[in-house]
This record gives sequence, C-alpha cells and structure tokens, in this order.
Amino acid sequence: MVSGIVTASYIIAAVLFILSLGGLSHPETARRGNAYGIAGMTIAIIATIFSNQVTDYVVLVVVMLIGGTIGVTAARRVQMTEMPELVAILHSFVGLAAVLIGFATYLGGVDHYHGAERTIHEVEIFLGILIGAVTFTGSVIAFGKLRGKIDGKPVLLPGRHWLNLGIGIACLLLGVKFVGMSAVGWAVFVLVLMTLLAFAFGVHMVMAIGGADMPVVVSMLNSYSGWAAAATGFMLSNDLLIVTGALVGSSGAILSYIMCRAMNRHFLAVIAGGFGTSGGSAAASEYEGEVTAVSAEETAELLREAQHIVIVPGYGMAVAQAQNTVYEITKTLRDKGKEVRFAIHPVAGRMPGHMNVLLAEARVPYDIVLEMDEINEDFPATDVVLVIGANDIVNPSAQDEPGSPIAGMPVLEVWKAATTVVLKRSMASGYAGVDNPLFFRENTRMLFGDAKQSLDTLLSALHQ
Amino acid sequence: MKIAVPREVHAGERRVATTPDVVRQLLKLGFEVSVESGAGSAASFSDDAYAEAGASIVSDTRALWQDADIVLKVRAPAQHPELGCDEVELLASGKTLVSFVWPGQNDDLMQRLAASGANVLAMDSVPRISRAQKMDALSSMANIGGYRAVIEAAHHFGRFFTGQITAAGKVPPAKVMIIGAGVAGLAAIGAAKSLGAIVRAFDTRPEVKEQVESMDAEFLELDFEEEGSGEGGYAKVMSEEFIKAEMALFAAQAREVDIIITTALIPGKPAPKLITKEMVESMADGSVIVDLAAEQGGNCELTVPGEVAHAHGVTIIGFTDLPSRLATQSSQLYATNLRHLLTDLTPEKDGNIVIDMDDEAIRGATVIKGGEITWPPPAPKISAAPAAKPAAAAPPPPPPERKQNPWTPAILLGVGALALWALGRVAPAEFMSHFTVFVLSCFVGYQVIWNVTPALHTPLMSVTNAISGIIVIGALLQISTSSFLITLLAAVAILIATINIAGGFLVTQRMLRMFRK
Repeated sequence: MVSGIVTASYIIAAVLFILSLGGLSHPETARRGNAYGIAGMTIAIIATIFSNQVTDYVVLVVVMLIGGTIGVTAARRVQMTEMPELVAILHSFVGLAAVLIGFATYLGGVDHYHGAERTIHEVEIFLGILIGAVTFTGSVIAFGKLRGKIDGKPVLLPGRHWLNLGIGIACLLLGVKFVGMSAVGWAVFVLVLMTLLAFAFGVHMVMAIGGADMPVVVSMLNSYSGWAAAATGFMLSNDLLIVTGALVGSSGAILSYIMCRAMNRHFLAVIAGGFGTSGGSAAASEYEGEVTAVSAEETAELLREAQHIVIVPGYGMAVAQAQNTVYEITKTLRDKGKEVRFAIHPVAGRMPGHMNVLLAEARVPYDIVLEMDEINEDFPATDVVLVIGANDIVNPSAQDEPGSPIAGMPVLEVWKAATTVVLKRSMASGYAGVDNPLFFRENTRMLFGDAKQSLDTLLSALHQ
Repeated sequence: MKIAVPREVHAGERRVATTPDVVRQLLKLGFEVSVESGAGSAASFSDDAYAEAGASIVSDTRALWQDADIVLKVRAPAQHPELGCDEVELLASGKTLVSFVWPGQNDDLMQRLAASGANVLAMDSVPRISRAQKMDALSSMANIGGYRAVIEAAHHFGRFFTGQITAAGKVPPAKVMIIGAGVAGLAAIGAAKSLGAIVRAFDTRPEVKEQVESMDAEFLELDFEEEGSGEGGYAKVMSEEFIKAEMALFAAQAREVDIIITTALIPGKPAPKLITKEMVESMADGSVIVDLAAEQGGNCELTVPGEVAHAHGVTIIGFTDLPSRLATQSSQLYATNLRHLLTDLTPEKDGNIVIDMDDEAIRGATVIKGGEITWPPPAPKISAAPAAKPAAAAPPPPPPERKQNPWTPAILLGVGALALWALGRVAPAEFMSHFTVFVLSCFVGYQVIWNVTPALHTPLMSVTNAISGIIVIGALLQISTSSFLITLLAAVAILIATINIAGGFLVTQRMLRMFRK
C-alpha cells in the first residue's frame, strides 16, 4: 500500500477516535461513538498491516486471533461489579506493550539517527519505557487491590517520599547515562535497570494509596496508559499514536481531576498516598448519641407514605450485588405513583461512573439517575432518602467541622430530607476512617444488616 | 362506659363534640354513646345519622347527663337556658368531663367543677408535644380560624384577592399582612395565597421564617436582634425597643396593605395592641382588619369583640367564634381530637378509661382529678427551636482563600513558551511537527472530554482503554524483522494490545447497551 494512503487512513482513524469520545457526551449518542471507535481502530490496523513495512503475516495473524479471542471472552464474562478490575488490568496491558515496543525499537537500531535527532529518539525510547513500566505494575497492583487479593489499606513504608525521590533521581541519572551510549550491550543493561526501578516505583506508588482513592488511581493509570502510547508514537514518529495517546492521556487526567475535586483533595496528596492516616486531627470528634434502628418492614411503611424518594447508592451496594433488588424496589415504588430518583456522588464506587453502570445493568432508566449537583438542592423537599452502602459521601461533618479530615469535600446533603434510612452492615466508619454524625441525627434511621438481605425483605414488605 | 354528648348551650355555638364517623370509632373502643337530640343539627349532622352510626338519641338532657360516665363537650360548662341550672350541677363524682375549660381564666368555674368531685380534662391544656399533636384541639381550631379569617376578610373586601388583566382593565392583587405565624397565621397565609393575594407575614419568633417562606409568603423582618420564642412553642413578651421597631414596621405596612389579619396571642396575657387607631386611619378606604385575638381583647385598638366594626372607612372584624362559623369542619376535627384522647385513655380498648398521670399528654390535659385541682401541670420544656442557641452557632470563619496571583497564568504561559523555543532550537523539524500534533491533540482531548456526561465515565475509561490499544500499530510495524528477539517482543506486544482492543470495545458496547431511558 502506498504510504500516502496509510497516512490518510491514520487521519481518518484519528478523526473517528475524536468523534468516538465526543459521542460519549450523551447516552443516546454513546453507542454510535463506540462504533466510530471500532471503525477507526479497524481502519488503522488494516492500513498498517498492508503497509510496506509489514511483510510477515503468519505470526501477526495468529497472535492477533489469540489476543482477540481472549479479549472477547473476558469482555463477555466480566460482571459489571468487576468493571474496575477489568479496566485496571487492561491499563496494565497498554503499559506492558509500551515497554516491549520500546525495547524492540531500541534493539532494532538507532544508528541511522545522528546528532540531536538521535538524542531525542533515545530520550523518547527511555521515556516510553519508563511510563509504560510504571503504568504496568501500578495497574497490576490496582487490579489486585480491587480484586481484594491485595489488602486495600495503604501500605506505608518508612521514608516512602524519600524512596520515591531516590527512584526518580536514579532514573534521571540512568537516562543521562543512556543517552548517547554507543555500546549496545551496556545501554540495554541500563534500560533494563531503569525498567526494574520503574516497575518498583509503580508497585510502591499504588500500594501506598488507600481503597477510597481508587477512583483517582484508576483514572490516573488511564491517563498514564495514554501518555505511554503517545511516547511510543514519538518513538516511532507515528502521528496516529501521538494523537490517540494525547486524547487518552488528557481524558484520564481530566477524570483524575474530577475525582480529586469530588473528594476535595489535591492530586499530589492522593499520589503521595496514605489517606486517613496523616495528621492528628483524624479523630476530630467523637459523636455521642443514640442511633435509631428500624426494621425492613418499618422502612417499607416509611416508603409507602412518602411521595418523593431518593436512593443514594455506594460501594456497599456493589459489594452486596444488590442493584437488581434496588431496581425492583424502584419499579414497585414508581408503579405506586411515587417519584424515585438516584443521587450519584462522583466518587461513589471504585471507578468514575461505577454506580451508573451498575444501575444501568439493573435496567434503571438513566434519566432518573442524577448527579450530585443536579439533586443536592432537592433534598429538603424529599420525604425519604435510602442510603445503600455509602458512608463518607453523605457525611455532614464535611460541611460542619472544619477539623474533619474530609472537611470541604462536597457531599450529598441527605440529612436535609424529612427522613433518611441508612442501610449498613454495622456502625463501622467509612474508608476515610471518619465517624459519621449523620447516623446520630434525629431524622436518621439505621437499617442494619447485609444490604441485599435487607433490600429483599424490604421488597417483599412493599408487596404486602 | 357510657359517653354522653349534650347539645351546646352557649348562644351561637354551632359545633358539636362528636360526629357520626367518630361515634363508630368510639363504639369500637368499647364505649356506649348517647347523643342529645338536635346536638349536631347546627353542624349539619342529623339525629338519624348519629342513630345510624350506633348512638342512642336522648331528648331528656338531665337523663343524658345522669346516665353518662364521660361527657364530651365543646364549650366549658355554663348556665343551661332551658333547665334553669348550671351544667356543672349535672356533673357528679365518678363522672369525667372533656371539653375546653380555660382553667387560667375561669377560676370560679374550676372551683365549682372541683366541688362536684368529677374528673375534668381540658382540651385547651393538652401539652404541645409531638406525641400529643393528634389531640391538639387548639391547633385544629386555630387552623380553621385562620382559614375562616381570610374568608371573612374576602367577604367584606370590595375587590378580588387575585390580580387580573381583563378587557375591562387591570385588577391589582390584594396585599395581605398577617401578624403572628402560628397555626392560625399559617392557615391564613395558605388561604390568602391560594386566593391569589400577595401575602406578607410577621412573627417575633425567627424559627417560623422558614415555614412562612415555605408557603411562598414574604417574611417581614425587623432589623433587631431578639429571640421571641417562649416555652412550649408560644411567643413571649418582647422588650420595649423591640415593640417600638415592630410598631414602626406595622405603621409602614398599614399604609400599603389592603387586609391585615392579626393572630398575636401570648398565653395567659391580654392580647398585645399592635394596630393603633392611627394605623387604621392611615389604611385605604375599604380595607379590612380581621382580629383573631378579639376574645383576649384584640390586637387592634378599635376591635369590638364579637362584632364587625367600621371605623375610618376600614372594616374591623372581631368575631370570636370563627371556628363555630365553620361548624361541620371544626366539629369533625374536634371530635377526632377527642377520639384520639379517648384512645389514649383506654389502653385496653374495653370501654374503661384510665387517667394515667404518668402519661405526659394525659397529665397535661387533666385539670381536675376526683375533685382535686391538678392544674397547672409541670411545664413541658420542648420548643421547635433550640432552647438556647449554642454559642458556636456563628458560622465558622470562611477557610482562608488562597489568593491566586492574577499574573500566574500569564507567567506559566510565558515559561511554557520559552521552554518550547528552547526545544525548537535544538530539536529537528520532524520532532517539532510531531510535537505540534501532540499539543493540539491534548487540547482537542481536553475540550471533548469535558463534554462527557459523568454517568458515562466508566464507558469512557473502557473506550479510551480500547483506543489506547492503538499502540498495537507500533508492534505491527516491528514484527517483520529478521531478529528473533524483536519479533518475539513485538508478537507479545501485539497479543496483549489486541486483548485490550477487543476487550475494551466489546465491554464498552455491553455497558452502553444497558443504558436506557
């Protein structure tokens, strides 16, 4: 294939990718957006395969068939509650691919570059491998944490900031050493050493971040995987890779920013890790008072008398796999002519938009699922709020107590409703390790027990 | 036990202490019910309706009282015009009377009631606690009074309440000021609002501001700091300076509004005089004042209790029997209040009442027990507002805002530009063209991603994941070499990138298919 046609194909693919992301602005156009993405990818791959640089098709086709099959199987089998894990592991693949391509490029030879060109090319290779390696191990650890195979608590090594700084300086020195090195053997050794350091850095970075910060970590790794692709694009002088990498990278960066803002935390503070363990003010105040427990039957009674109902789902709903029962309850209540809506906090769950996907899976119509900013001012006019497995995102101390660790974090103001029913396993505090004065409020009722069981009982009580 | 409901003897009283519906429920509690013939006729409840509900109709008043264990009345006992004796004389030891009594103002009556040896429960003394709201007859009656006050005002007012633009000209909406936003005041706000008037309300208790505003009325505020909440949710007497400021406000409003409805009462005190003769004079001709405090002397200086007075072109309504003017409604609510009280008094539902002095609601209502005066009860200390505002009520100081130097963005931009120039000096042209593409793509990405709805953030991540699988191109370009190592590296890269592409797009599609309206 003529190289001009290949370039033209790349331009078309890049445009299709942009349209694909643009389509996600609304659920109705989103499916078309995904189709654009698939079309762009197909065009780009076919153009590349038939370009003059590719001559060996056997290995290529076999490997792509195997990879495609694995991907399709994984996508078919994955549970919607496991989406964060799938996304994390897919990030790690991009990272690993970037590392491998970086090495292959370097081994393919850099001698036909000279002067500044060669320096820049070597820097590109070095950076591509570095970002790819951090993305790879970071995503693997995030996957383990989300799966529960690795403890979700932040692991804090002594002097971890110095450790990070040390690794950073070491990588920088290795980079300086690597650029311009003529002996291929030594250069590869330096590259491998840097890769190992970057692997260690990725592990260390994500290990130090707590479970509640996972939405930030996942979107940050999303961003990294994009930058890794962009660096590979520079390395190979391929504009399509640069464009796509930049798109993905800025997408992840914006998501990280949104998540950080939703937790009122600085991005750097999240990356530095160890949420809820720093500062002596964590136990700012102990709340005294009695909680009012209710039974599922009494909750059903409350709902039956209510007209405006808001449901606030949290990670607990995902853990208990209760979304289908939630939908049944919603349907029952809506059939009785009540207004039922959902309030989603940006960091509810373990990934941006996690709750929306779970509710969509349970067939909850998306036009009654609202964002925090859309629904917060409606709480005073709400009769009953059902909080299902959420804690920190409905904590009034974020607004009331300047000393609280989550002070200033935007929260759903559920306590302004006439009655709030909190479904909770026990009185334990949330991920932030902060007590929740909401539970002690006069208009709050606690429905203790497994969310799924409580909701099942509630549903049957509603049908009586 | 036998419940008797006599006909009210007070002149002009149209209410009755029970309704056919409530009779049915009292029978379920195990009581027998007798109703005096004609007791409900003024409230549109016929003897037949009572009989159908299961009550026996008795025409002999003396026999009715004699047979009864419990007597339900609306007004306090008074001289019976036909029997020529006082109703108190018909009571005896062992009998229980439930009615309005006003023990604070009727000392003589209390003494005579106590002498009879009966139990007396005063509906006006039911404490204002949440649990006793269902038997709070004062609130029920105040609600009706507030509504009726607006209806009376509308009746005497020569214009529409609502504004209209008609072919015959423009009609401005009536302006109504309501003083005292208690139960009656709020009912009046609601009624006046639904007739279409512009409503303003004033109250000395700041906690009612929210309630007033929730009814879409304007809350008039004084530029003055004093909390007017007294015990039990009632208002208290205010300081002299406060009253001065208040009067100035009323004087200003009087010149402007068409209708004033006053409901200001302080328990156990004569009604405060809030609308002076001068204010009435300043009002436009045809204006109306409804004084709901007329029974306690009136909030307006010119009020004639029980009558409609005219002064300086203003109609001043001083009716003291507004609830009675809506007899069917008020009988219904009052009878239900009584039924709730009786339900609490008969825990076994066997038709036998137990006056449990440990029950706060019953304790409060019981003013005479077995001939002994038990009024006043220990005061309940619950108010709708925090009794004493904690000192920390002042808003916490705003967090110190980080001052952004207005030049910061410009400086950053400058530094960025310098860095680019430095790069451009050394980098080859080809790199710079790639770099252009990179920077522009970042900006395109920034613009596009901000438009993505938060609900689709998870599909966004999975689709960007799939797209970043484009890295496969890099591997594809390298696989056709003679070096085995490079081919191996490239093959593994292709494998995992393909997993990414296939998995990412497919799972996105699966998710998006689930989003539905």
